[in-house]
Amino acid sequence: MAAVKETIDQVKGIDLDKYKYGFVTNIGSEKAPKGLNTDIVRYISAKKDEPEWMLEWRLDAYERWLTMEEPDWAKVNYPKIDFNDLYYYSEPKSDSDGPKSLDEVDPELLRTYEKLGIPIKEQAVLAGVQGARVAVDLVFDSVSVVTTFKAELAKAGVIFCPMSEAVREHPELIRKYLGSVVPKSDNFYAALNSAVFSDGSFVYIPPGVRCPMELSTYFRINEPNTGQFERTLIIADKGSFVSYLEGCTAPMRDENQLHAAVVELITHEDAEIKYSTVQNWYPGDSEGKGGIFNFVTKRGDCRGDNSKISWTQVETGSAITWKYPSCILRGDNSRGEFYSIAISNGRQQIDSGTKMIHLGKNTSSRIISKGISAGKSSNTYRGLVSAHRKATGARNFTQCDSLLIGDQCSAHTVPYIEANTPSAQFEHEATTSKISDDQLFYCTSRGLGEEEAVALIVNGFCKEVLQKLPMEFAVEAQSLVGISLEGSVG
Amino acid sequence: MSSDFLNIENLVVEVAGKPIINGLNLTMAPGEVHAIMGPNGSGKSTLSYALAGRNGYEVTGGSVTFLGRDLTQMSPDERAAAGVFLAFQYPIEIPGVATMTFLKEAINAQRRARGLDDLPTPQFMRLVREKAKALKVSDDMLKRPLNVGFSGGEKKRNEILQMALLEPRLGVLDETDSGLDIDALKVVAEGVNSLRAADRSFLVITHYQRLLDHIVPDFVHVMAGGRIVRSGDKSLALELEREGYAEFETGMGQSAA
Repeated sequence: MAAVKETIDQVKGIDLDKYKYGFVTNIGSEKAPKGLNTDIVRYISAKKDEPEWMLEWRLDAYERWLTMEEPDWAKVNYPKIDFNDLYYYSEPKSDSDGPKSLDEVDPELLRTYEKLGIPIKEQAVLAGVQGARVAVDLVFDSVSVVTTFKAELAKAGVIFCPMSEAVREHPELIRKYLGSVVPKSDNFYAALNSAVFSDGSFVYIPPGVRCPMELSTYFRINEPNTGQFERTLIIADKGSFVSYLEGCTAPMRDENQLHAAVVELITHEDAEIKYSTVQNWYPGDSEGKGGIFNFVTKRGDCRGDNSKISWTQVETGSAITWKYPSCILRGDNSRGEFYSIAISNGRQQIDSGTKMIHLGKNTSSRIISKGISAGKSSNTYRGLVSAHRKATGARNFTQCDSLLIGDQCSAHTVPYIEANTPSAQFEHEATTSKISDDQLFYCTSRGLGEEEAVALIVNGFCKEVLQKLPMEFAVEAQSLVGISLEGSVG
Repeated sequence: MSSDFLNIENLVVEVAGKPIINGLNLTMAPGEVHAIMGPNGSGKSTLSYALAGRNGYEVTGGSVTFLGRDLTQMSPDERAAAGVFLAFQYPIEIPGVATMTFLKEAINAQRRARGLDDLPTPQFMRLVREKAKALKVSDDMLKRPLNVGFSGGEKKRNEILQMALLEPRLGVLDETDSGLDIDALKVVAEGVNSLRAADRSFLVITHYQRLLDHIVPDFVHVMAGGRIVRSGDKSLALELEREGYAEFETGMGQSAA
């Protein structure tokens, strides 16, 4: 009992203010006036030099958003957001029309990404993995700063560019796919995003192509009182494959910042998308002051037969997380996967999970969710598995494990299961456990410090999911698990 | 008599406010093997936990000096780095953490505490394979999650493997023989014997004398009522085997006076 008591005491005195990505970049910015109205929507559209149809699409979304209500069913509490007290667009100031290559990017921005450990030089390799190459799109507040390896990807026929560029250069693809998985009026935040989205990444993999490298987007919110509304669209055409990773950080600020993204994935016949997220937005301080409000809609559509979408997420940041990466299993024999590690510490609140919608025949899905709560945080898994009456032979396996550290945090599991065909086979397993004093003592008696011991035990708990991350990021994610729980024990 | 290796004087240890060890004295010199025997509830395991620094085993009186340092002021990981190793009676399971990973973390944590660099992986692997072979620990066992689904014998062999890798100055073996058949007992005993060295000592806690046929002690102590009530050589263990602990259970250590 004594160690548990001590853990609790330590958690009370927790110092979350150690968030190492919390620095601010001092760079001039150009912002749209505060608030949200049709003029702001027009301002953003004009900034991006968009065609008329795109502006109309945005204005339609804005009209729909006005009629919608903020959802309140999630197990999170936060003060009402004043949507007119936010900046909806901010870009780092530059003299030219925007950088054409890395050499033209503001050195202050490059230093920002260097500090964050993001490989932006094309020859750069990630720590510990020799020869690994990752193409990166960097999004700073509302604009994409630079995208690497574009020429090499183009050789393979892969399009990887900022969303704003895709709207101008590939209108046929955007008009066909944008909003086809997450409709404009899907939910309150998706409608808001559709009206004011600023940038994000666009990926198109042509038929039969295996993308020659990992693609990655790195999101950074710098400006105060600014929302980031990025939009990502990934299309894997017949028989293609791509692995994509997104990472996110933000400075430490006393006020809350809003992040409302929409991600749409589409796989055609025999195609596969592997989408990984390492989300490390600023979580707020130990008293719950500041931090990112993360309201994100992510959905994949397995449109073709035998296609596959796999979501892997490591969620360690944000004050509030509201996020349910989902799969619509439309094609016959299609497969959806969701692997999640969600760590909450301090006063963080997470309500996250997935939806697996089985529509096609013999579709299968797998959900492995690992929730770790420490401090005074609240961690909820919310998931839906449903089978349409025509989805004969649908199969799902769900495993939700929760680990508690200390006795002031909470873990909740809210599964919804709807099977409309008698041939569906759905399995659900859930466990809740605590790190025991025995385990801690065993590790420390072998020489590990208490924090090392907790990190080791938690990494063991999450191992199944960590193994799903691209190798280049697995090491980073493992150490992030340790860092996120710093201060959770003595 | 005192020693600058391990010196326990008038030790009092309380668990949940209740004294379990009551004025225990014990002195060990380098290279010695001491056996502690005694009836159930005499405080043998409490002594082992108190030496390793387990939370909740509060030292409220006396002193424990190990290599000139006050052990009671050190955290469990500091004690480990200083050379104290406890082989658990019931080794703990840690799901998802491969035994090999755990061994590496432990070795490197201790090396860092001593100001050394981490052991390079190839060197570490060679070392583990060599020690594992002697203890009949299979590659498969090293890949499995630590102690999860291990048989009683596998768990105890794994404890001795850890001790062989960490090379402590003081090995405390808490009822290492419990739950072992005679073959497993021999493997474990051989493992311990191979670690005997002029600068390394062992405190072997056991209920039965049969372990001491294989790990032959220099001294045997009888513990009862939270203190050592009688000390002798190997023959004392045989006497206890014949006569049982009844004398000490009724007298609660009075005969020590």
